[in-house]
Amino acid sequence: MALRSVISRKTLGSLGLGFSHARGLQTFTLPDLPYDYSALEPAISVEIMRLHHQKHHQTYITNYNKALEQLEEAMAKGDSSAVVKLQAAIKFNGGGHINHSIFWKNLIPTSEGGGEPPHGALGWAIDTHFGSFEALVKKVNAEGAALQGSGWVWLGVDKESQKLVVETTANQDPLVTKGPNLVPLLGIDVWEHAYY
Amino acid sequence: MGSCFNNSSLACSHLLASDFSRPLKLPKILHLQKGQFCRSRRATQFWAFHGLTTPPYKLDALEPYMSQRTLEMHWGKHHRGYVDCLNKQLENNNVLYGYTMDELVKATYNNGNPLPEFNNAAQVWNHDFFWESMQPDGGKTPEGGVLQKIEKDFGSFANFKEKFVNAALSVFGSGWIWLVLKTKEKRLEVVKTSNAVTPLVWGDIPIISLDMWEHAYYLDYKNDRGKYVNIFMNHLVSWNAAKARMARAEAFVNLGEPKIPVA
Repeated sequence: MALRSVISRKTLGSLGLGFSHARGLQTFTLPDLPYDYSALEPAISVEIMRLHHQKHHQTYITNYNKALEQLEEAMAKGDSSAVVKLQAAIKFNGGGHINHSIFWKNLIPTSEGGGEPPHGALGWAIDTHFGSFEALVKKVNAEGAALQGSGWVWLGVDKESQKLVVETTANQDPLVTKGPNLVPLLGIDVWEHAYY
Repeated sequence: MGSCFNNSSLACSHLLASDFSRPLKLPKILHLQKGQFCRSRRATQFWAFHGLTTPPYKLDALEPYMSQRTLEMHWGKHHRGYVDCLNKQLENNNVLYGYTMDELVKATYNNGNPLPEFNNAAQVWNHDFFWESMQPDGGKTPEGGVLQKIEKDFGSFANFKEKFVNAALSVFGSGWIWLVLKTKEKRLEVVKTSNAVTPLVWGDIPIISLDMWEHAYYLDYKNDRGKYVNIFMNHLVSWNAAKARMARAEAFVNLGEPKIPVA
């Protein structure tokens, strides 16, 4: 489940650097979707959901695990250039895992409320910061269409300024790379594999 | 460079006969208007600055390796979209009038600080180059001078192929793979670029390119990039085009000392 992968991530963080005795390196596994592959038809087809989840997301996880293993070896050996070289692979594959885990949770079948405009606190916040829900939709669409190459569009919260923001990130960069105070609320995968 | 002068004189020939005080009007070019992000609002007066070039073969000629549907989408929607968006941007920018595609790409790259027109200009150039890098019944091995140069710079054709395929599979995100003739080092190399960047901006001479954006292969191969790249190398790549480009490159890069007989 998605919860399991969140726990694994925290555990890995808490182990920290500098522990030279053997520690079990947590490996990540593909979180299950909270709905069937066909649940999002006709908006997103079964085939795309299956491919996106079982091939793309799984590949990110596999490569992330591999990169983490190599990182652990490099750190144990004190091989600084290898450690730095692996950063790109970790950012890409780890980012891919984080982003897609959020993505699956952002989607829900229409029968369970998918597509309905937000109410309550979020609805208020959107009206305050963007004027209206339609304005938000327009902004997100514009940012997504303007994105060059592969990337993600995010609706996030800036914890420090207490504001809602719309941001884009390139490739598989998580939202936090755009600002340490940014927390993702909603992410849209604008890689071509998501909609082709 | 000779080719630049030819192109700009062609572009200027329209202006010779017309009145400079009125904007240049050209007949509406055969065009799909549906689903364009950057459609001109004045549909009856169409100002074209750069046109959509067609691939040098029919859209179904690359079957079964690259389907007609992919060509229709990739050329008909994506490539055409880049051309339209570029034209729309150029409407507002007098400085870039009269530039050929090559010059436009280099100028808008702006030494690493790309101007807003760069993405569209470079993608138009890249796709023109890409269609011409493929041919029906392509693949196999190059002959003559191209093969010799590959063997000289990579050791063997198999080595080059392996390097090319590995580079293609290591692309993060969207990008292109190139076989490029480096002008300073005077050798062939395999180069990886991201998004719209082309080795042209560094003054190098591209010989062959492969589009690794997902839209290039997703319809035919889904996420199986390995299959796509191998099929490109074995069945699609045009060594004829490579030969022509190498021949032209030799006018700009001295690849060897001529054998001058001692009198």
